[in-house]
Amino acid sequence: MREDFAEILRLVRPGSRVLDVGCEDGELLDLLTREKRVDGQGLEISPAGVSACLAKGLAVVQGDGDRDLDHFPTRAFDYAILSKTLQQMREPRHVLSELLRIADQAIVSVPNFGHWRMRMSLMARGRMPETRALPDPWWSTPNIHLCTLRDFTDLCRELDLRIDACAALTAGKSARPIRPEGLLENWRSESALFLLSRRTAEPTGVAPQNLFGDVELPKPAAPKPRRKR
Amino acid sequence: MDGAVETSPGDETGGGVHRFPAGKGLRLDSGARLEPLEVAYKTYGVLNETRTNAVLVCHALTGDQHAGSVNPVTGRPGWWDSVIGAGLPLDPSRYFVIATNVIGGCMGSTGPASVNPKTKAPYGLAFPVITIADMVRAQAMLVEALGIETLLAVVGGSMGGMQVLQWAADYPQMLFSAVCIAAAPRHSAQNIAFHEVGRQAIMADADWRAGAYETESVRPEKGLAVARMAAHITYLSEAALQRKFGRELQRDGLSWGFDADFQVESYLRHQGAAFVDRFDANSYLYITRALDYFDLAGQHGGVLANAFVKARGVRFCVLSFSSDWLYPTAESRDIVRALNAAGCRASFVEIETDKGHDAFFLDEPLFDGALRGFFASTAQARGL
Repeated sequence: MREDFAEILRLVRPGSRVLDVGCEDGELLDLLTREKRVDGQGLEISPAGVSACLAKGLAVVQGDGDRDLDHFPTRAFDYAILSKTLQQMREPRHVLSELLRIADQAIVSVPNFGHWRMRMSLMARGRMPETRALPDPWWSTPNIHLCTLRDFTDLCRELDLRIDACAALTAGKSARPIRPEGLLENWRSESALFLLSRRTAEPTGVAPQNLFGDVELPKPAAPKPRRKR
Repeated sequence: MDGAVETSPGDETGGGVHRFPAGKGLRLDSGARLEPLEVAYKTYGVLNETRTNAVLVCHALTGDQHAGSVNPVTGRPGWWDSVIGAGLPLDPSRYFVIATNVIGGCMGSTGPASVNPKTKAPYGLAFPVITIADMVRAQAMLVEALGIETLLAVVGGSMGGMQVLQWAADYPQMLFSAVCIAAAPRHSAQNIAFHEVGRQAIMADADWRAGAYETESVRPEKGLAVARMAAHITYLSEAALQRKFGRELQRDGLSWGFDADFQVESYLRHQGAAFVDRFDANSYLYITRALDYFDLAGQHGGVLANAFVKARGVRFCVLSFSSDWLYPTAESRDIVRALNAAGCRASFVEIETDKGHDAFFLDEPLFDGALRGFFASTAQARGL
């Protein structure tokens, strides 16, 4: 089992409602459904991934984490999971904020660009690091918004998010609980998994939305205005 | 034929025309009442003891109840023989599949060609204008008459998909799951425009006789054929037409006249000619009208999500086709977003294909896989 999946499985409460953003072939959702009896919903961009989820009996919507989160109602889920893809989003800040509007808690993992391998690679070679965690060359990497642990914890503070738990992840090893603000962890951790929640009860940063007002209706054919005229 | 059951070889296990008893007519959205009411249907497979394996199949504009068996009028395979059958996503050995003919249709359910009890002659234009919700109400009456409280699934493509959405809005308590394929939550201006062309073609035919052609023993075949030709273009895609026909000619050289020089012309003429043998012109008028009037958000205060608030317990699957320009993927996305907003459990896939709107009749491996996966998991969740 992937080390982050094992950690997520540990964190999620049995019987909770879970949204998995970028659920791929549904491996994690399937695991959570079987082991924790969660009520799961996936969001996945690739048709092959969506088909694989359907075959597993999972509820999955073909869509894009950058665009399609806005249409979920506020606090519809207990957990929103975004595993290893935040750095691939066009607007990570907005996505993070949306995850915590839709769900009470978000489980987010990010690769740490402050890891010593990254720093050494950049310092010694003077080139964009290509490491085990981030193996692609700069011109083809899907990771367009990389950050260090410090960058990430700063953003959490800015968005008024509380870090309820954090674990360092290393391929092939079990998760290790850490204090992400620690200077040393910013060198040591290859990537980290965060359990986040809002400090304030009500979601901030997003205009309060009517539960049903966020549905895009085709403007030209909208029946109401025509009737009024 | 009061609930009569006729059997024939194959997977077909029953059906006929259900005639509702006197006093049990159909209340219509227009305020009119349709009585007597008859609904033609076919069944495939056997209803299990717990009555939990029933799947209602809703047909598109020109479809009928012969979804999974040979159509007696055309002699051709059922319109969904790629989905209903042994080893297929809707396997009659596992499910009890019910397919009806919509009211307003011309394959046995009460429609404009039925006898008007007031005049003892075919209704013609005296038939009341019907809606998608009216069709669904009649189906629900039939399902109830068959002794089924909950459908394992209601499934349909195109107009059938709109019926599925209407089912979810009006009878969520009767549904365990709903599959909406290549549909839209309302008819767009372009959809209405194409239908208007079809209706005008029919009404411009001198043999239409203001809808009373049956009593005058003529048929507006030319008009109906033109309507079908125009509509058929919208069911395909430019890429599929180009791939199939290109600019290929029927014969060597041009005719320098107006014969069907191009293969695509000949194909369309054939589509039109074959259609008039199996479809009634007035039914075409009434059913296209029902589609044009369809606006699920409009029925719910202009907010589509409101249509689904009572359907939170229903498992939804929405499918669209990438090259469908009649009901494009964006429309299915609107449905999915509304379902999400209403807090419904929904799955959605856009099937990549160049075959256009009609792809749901065709053998599409991705589509087949999605249906299979969804039905299998739904059946499992239902304990089948």
